[in-house]
Amino acid sequence: MADYLLRRLLIAIPSLLGISAVLYTVLALAPGDPFQELATNPNVPPEVQEALRRKFGLDDPVYVRYFRWLTAMLQGDWGYSFVSRVDVDTLILQRLPTTLIVIGSAQILALLVALPVGIYAATRPYSVFDQIANTLAFVGFSLPTFFTGLLLILVFSIWLDWLPFVYRADIAATGWQFYWEHIKQSIMPVTVLGLFQGASLVRYVRSAVLDVIRLDYVTTARSKGLEERVVILKHVVRNALIPVVTLIALQMPVVFGGAIVTEQIFRVPGIGSLLISSMLANDTPVIMAVTFVFACLVVLFNLIADILYGWLDPRISYR
Amino acid sequence: MAGSTHASPTVEPGKPAPAVEATFSPRREAWRRFRRHRLAVASSVILGIMILAILLGPIIWPVPINDINFAATLQGPSLSHPLGTDDLGQDLLARMLYGGRISLAVGLAAMAVAVFVGVLVGAVAGMSRGWVDAFLMWLTDLFLSLPTLPLLLLIIYLFRDGLTATFGPEGGVFILVVAVIGGLRWMPVARLVRAQFLSLREKEFVEAARALGASPTRQVFRHILPNALGPVIVAGTIDVAAAIIAESTLSFLGLGFPPDIPTWGRLLFDAKDHLDIAPHWALFPGAAIFLAVLTINFIGDGLRDALDPRRVL
Repeated sequence: MADYLLRRLLIAIPSLLGISAVLYTVLALAPGDPFQELATNPNVPPEVQEALRRKFGLDDPVYVRYFRWLTAMLQGDWGYSFVSRVDVDTLILQRLPTTLIVIGSAQILALLVALPVGIYAATRPYSVFDQIANTLAFVGFSLPTFFTGLLLILVFSIWLDWLPFVYRADIAATGWQFYWEHIKQSIMPVTVLGLFQGASLVRYVRSAVLDVIRLDYVTTARSKGLEERVVILKHVVRNALIPVVTLIALQMPVVFGGAIVTEQIFRVPGIGSLLISSMLANDTPVIMAVTFVFACLVVLFNLIADILYGWLDPRISYR
Repeated sequence: MAGSTHASPTVEPGKPAPAVEATFSPRREAWRRFRRHRLAVASSVILGIMILAILLGPIIWPVPINDINFAATLQGPSLSHPLGTDDLGQDLLARMLYGGRISLAVGLAAMAVAVFVGVLVGAVAGMSRGWVDAFLMWLTDLFLSLPTLPLLLLIIYLFRDGLTATFGPEGGVFILVVAVIGGLRWMPVARLVRAQFLSLREKEFVEAARALGASPTRQVFRHILPNALGPVIVAGTIDVAAAIIAESTLSFLGLGFPPDIPTWGRLLFDAKDHLDIAPHWALFPGAAIFLAVLTINFIGDGLRDALDPRRVL
């Protein structure tokens, strides 16, 4: 097991390096000077500009700059925001928990919807329930998150006036009131993301369960006289869900994309809305760092899925 | 083996087998299978109507998209403005017809880029063994684990000014959006094509062609590629939907097309701050995006049924 863990960790490193190289290449290929905010500022005299360029090594060859950037990132020196004059890592650490909470709750909601529906649909393939679930799943992942978000705001905030449509980090209340306000303002962002995720998961769960349900050992379990519920939950679902773990991890890039949009609609103060606002403000260091954090998160979730996979499926763990 | 058969829509024990029919060409056979997917057929009709409306609409409804009229701002649907007006009194129907052209054109062009790159990478990887294959697959996996939307935003943020200077605001953003969306969506196609190539290349008919002295190029274009196209067409169809969503997302975040090009996503972006007084402004373009994406996804599902020869329908 330790061997497996170590190997997975070692596989994650080249992909992180690869991703960082792609990001840096994009930055280096971009026309114009990414630090021109300082360079074109008329209050900064040319000789200071020249000194700054030399100090940051902007005229060095690309690979030198790449390695300097990479070592700086690894040492935790992520630069400072041009706009708010705060260290980038402080800025990101402030906002990361919100994003993770929203994404995490959305995933839980997605699983709570997708598992029962997918399993029930697979045990009765081509029934009316299955067809309705399948059609709704199509509708669910064809509805772009920005449109569902606006629809929910329209219905629940404007017409019914039940839920607030702006997410506030500074709620004045204390105690239960505080938690209640937080839950109330999280309902819509989490629903938007969770239902979108759930809709694509339903189809994965259904086909994974269908693949397993026709295997011989399930027939054996049935012919032993086991209850149908036990057969499905203990024999089928446990094995069917192993590939679903990987699929959830592979979906992570899409989830982060959805999170960026959702955060932007509901003004959730997470790293997604930080990315958009720094793009609109030309805040290059923050943009690079947030993109890199997203990449790291994707690699991290793939790694977790791999490790879970090894733990769930003993057939591959000691390979 | 029987126990491990995967489920497919064939398992309908109650239905009698259709009478033996005369042999059809593969294309007619696919069409027959496609017609059985009712939602896909209905979707084709709806999408066809939408495309017709977008192509012919501006002729039938010749209202300029940027005709500002402050006497009629934020009006709901009426006879003179069937879909209402925006905050400058511009006619929304005309703007949506124009925006639909851009949205669908981006979708199709990005799909073409994704399919081209995907087929190229997949075919090269599938035909060459050894390190070329390993490297291309590593690259594919790397691209699969890139966070697509942040990267899309990053590239557009960095390159937009340069390209708009060269190709004009409309052309520059169009080229950029198409290249980037296509360039970040080729991976599934590459994997599909490679998998198809790996199995097809060992089939007897390819071996026969090789024995007859067919060059590798001829083997690929004449014998392998045509047989690998089914899954590619399905993936390409779904890519159109994904590209439309991606473009709308960019425009919705205010980082896509400039304000004077009213794509559906851009209309939503402009409408979202007037949701309380003019909900129609957001509802119509949102519904258009949803309808286009939904119908394309259903058509993709129907094509999957139609083009998979292992399915007996």
